[in-house]
Amino acid sequence: MRETRATAAGAATAVSSIRPRAARLLWQLASFALFFALWEAAGRWPVSAAFPAFSETLAALGSMLGDGSLVRAYGLTLQPLAIGLALCAVAGVAFGIGMGLSRTVEWFTLPIFIILQAAPMAAIIPLITYMYGIGLTSKVLAVVFLAVPVIVMNAYKGIRNTSPSLIQMCRSFLGTRRQEVLKIVLPHAAALIFTGLRLGVAMGFIGIVIAELLITPTGIGDLITYNSSVADYPRMFAAIASLVVVASVSLHLLERVERRLFPVDSSIA
Amino acid sequence: MSSRTRTIPSVFSLAIWFLVWELVGRSGASSIVPPLSAVVAAGADVVRTEKFATAATISLRSFALGMGFALLVGIPIGIIMGRVKAAARILGTWVNVFVSAPISALVPILMAVIGIGETTVVVTVFLFAVFVIVLDTQVGIARADRSLVEMARSFGATRSQLYGKVLLLSAMPEILAGVRLGAIRGVKGVVIGQLLVSIIGVGELFELYSQHFLMEEFWALVIIVFLFAFAVSEAIAGLERRVEYYAAAR
Amino acid sequence: MSTPAPPIVEVVELGKTYETGVEALRGVNIAFPRAQLTTLLGPSGCGKTTLLKIIAGLLRADSGEVRVLGKRVDGPGPERAFVFQDFALLPWANVLRNVAFGLELRGVARGEREEIARARIAEVGLAGFEASYPKELSGGMRQRVGLARAFAVDADIILMDEPFSSVDEQTRRKFQEDLLGLLAHKQKTVIFVTHSIEEAVYVSDQIVLLSPRPGRVSRIVRTGIEHDRGPDEIRRDRRYLDAVDEIWQVLRAYVT
Repeated sequence: MRETRATAAGAATAVSSIRPRAARLLWQLASFALFFALWEAAGRWPVSAAFPAFSETLAALGSMLGDGSLVRAYGLTLQPLAIGLALCAVAGVAFGIGMGLSRTVEWFTLPIFIILQAAPMAAIIPLITYMYGIGLTSKVLAVVFLAVPVIVMNAYKGIRNTSPSLIQMCRSFLGTRRQEVLKIVLPHAAALIFTGLRLGVAMGFIGIVIAELLITPTGIGDLITYNSSVADYPRMFAAIASLVVVASVSLHLLERVERRLFPVDSSIA
Repeated sequence: MSSRTRTIPSVFSLAIWFLVWELVGRSGASSIVPPLSAVVAAGADVVRTEKFATAATISLRSFALGMGFALLVGIPIGIIMGRVKAAARILGTWVNVFVSAPISALVPILMAVIGIGETTVVVTVFLFAVFVIVLDTQVGIARADRSLVEMARSFGATRSQLYGKVLLLSAMPEILAGVRLGAIRGVKGVVIGQLLVSIIGVGELFELYSQHFLMEEFWALVIIVFLFAFAVSEAIAGLERRVEYYAAAR
Repeated sequence: MSTPAPPIVEVVELGKTYETGVEALRGVNIAFPRAQLTTLLGPSGCGKTTLLKIIAGLLRADSGEVRVLGKRVDGPGPERAFVFQDFALLPWANVLRNVAFGLELRGVARGEREEIARARIAEVGLAGFEASYPKELSGGMRQRVGLARAFAVDADIILMDEPFSSVDEQTRRKFQEDLLGLLAHKQKTVIFVTHSIEEAVYVSDQIVLLSPRPGRVSRIVRTGIEHDRGPDEIRRDRRYLDAVDEIWQVLRAYVT
């Protein structure tokens, strides 16, 4: 264990003596290579017929992209996701800001949202299905129900956690409440609001997947369940993997945007 | 802003919401919203049935097993990632990907490979919980007070003493935060796993009640499950508060 | 006091470069006499804390060596104890446990180490606070716990890294006086790091001036002040004032 540690550390220092960016890229590649190699090995192991190897999955992915079925599926799946998230973004942020600015609203609604954050919202989905049928509405609602709590809570916290010394500074220069909100509170909250939206997107993906699997499969859900039923596991896997990739890439991009827009400055109060 | 409302804790607003629920239910405004009193009564009945007892046992068992594995696997991996840079570089990307990925998408695979049953749910709970536990443990260990580590080394601490007496305790707030988030996700894992598998546990009951439009029973079960999730979260949060010795020192 | 005792710690041709490529120390040679207080003094960037941590065994030198009683040392050892600038107290343990921590790590039995700890706690003037937690104590009290912990392991060499810089001025002065009192009857060797000239001249038997970038020994000053007189007397002593002046003339050139 000592020796592997030493060689790993040696490798680590050797690699980091190259420009740090190149080094990080190398590590990423190594990490991917290792994962895919393990996947390939696991797939070839005769443990289960249902577990395809990496190469098979990749091939299936290629074919699905080629015949357009993947793109069409995403077109269908992303609709309720986009609509739901747009609704959440507007209504959720507005509500969160309202909660943050008004103590009365906060008093009435905070306990509910605290419970909602911990609650398994997926339990409500069968109900939504039986109320609103198996169409677009249900799926949009599924996305909304899962994403709204985190968006609201982050907007609320962003408003609430405004640095008191900044507010006092504004008052000392005779700022009105309106100026206080517009010039200090809201800009300060913008960072957390964005974080909330990013987390909301993550929850939205989760919501749409559950909706696809539970309500009625269309789009990606359809690809998954259909291929599962005809035991075409490489295709099923490919569809699932593509979902994970799409979700991760979008969230990673959002994180990058967030860091660019709101750099973390620890020297500010 | 009126300071009057600040003297009554916010949680009492729930009482008002319960009242609203009761009134809306009685008015028959919506067929899916029965009066709260009917829900509570139905809940009291449901809890005594055999069916519920079985469902609850299975669900709790899956939750406990899944969480247990998540802790056994997640915390050590988080520690290793926090201390060994190479491990963090290799595993880091994957942990970050899966911590916010829609893990429920993986459940069909689990069903195909493992089958339809409790094991799938246990693995679902494990997958839902483990990544956030690894991440928070890693952060806690990596950010452990360097000064304390140096201090222990200056007094000749062995490696096991360093881990046992300083590192783990120093990282405890972050580790507990990760465990709490993991537990919340674990409950979601049980519900989603069982909904997808749909023949066992509370997932089965949810399907049953909504299918037959047994609204009182449905909402009663929703309240029970939501309360369970909240209770678990608060229990761990209580532990977190006891570990808040950093309040003044950090 | 005028004949130097044989060195208990020696630093020989010590060099150290940080990972960033900045050279911290170059060719440092110092002999630390036994049972005396030597201060490492210099502006920021002169590597004095780095040097102290290398002597403590917490950092590795890139060249040269550290010798204790003639033998080369590479890591921490029971003959050296460290007092930290930010106190480094376990926030989840009370004062008694914190002071006994060094002994706990060595496997000393609980009864014995608590007894030793209590004695050291009383010595630093914290009797009655054994059950208190760090967050309940002021900065000055926390550092006294750190001091007691270093004394508890009965090391011959005590290394202090700007121990009084995190407390207020009045507490700092009191500490300087108390430290001399504590050391008066023990034969401890102390290596002290500070950036305050007055503090250095007040407490030390000899002062090593370090020049910055890279850290090198610039001058060694022996004040010749006897430390058994009253604190105010020392600060008015001709030699004190001369030493402060002399040192300032040297260091002034290094301050950008």
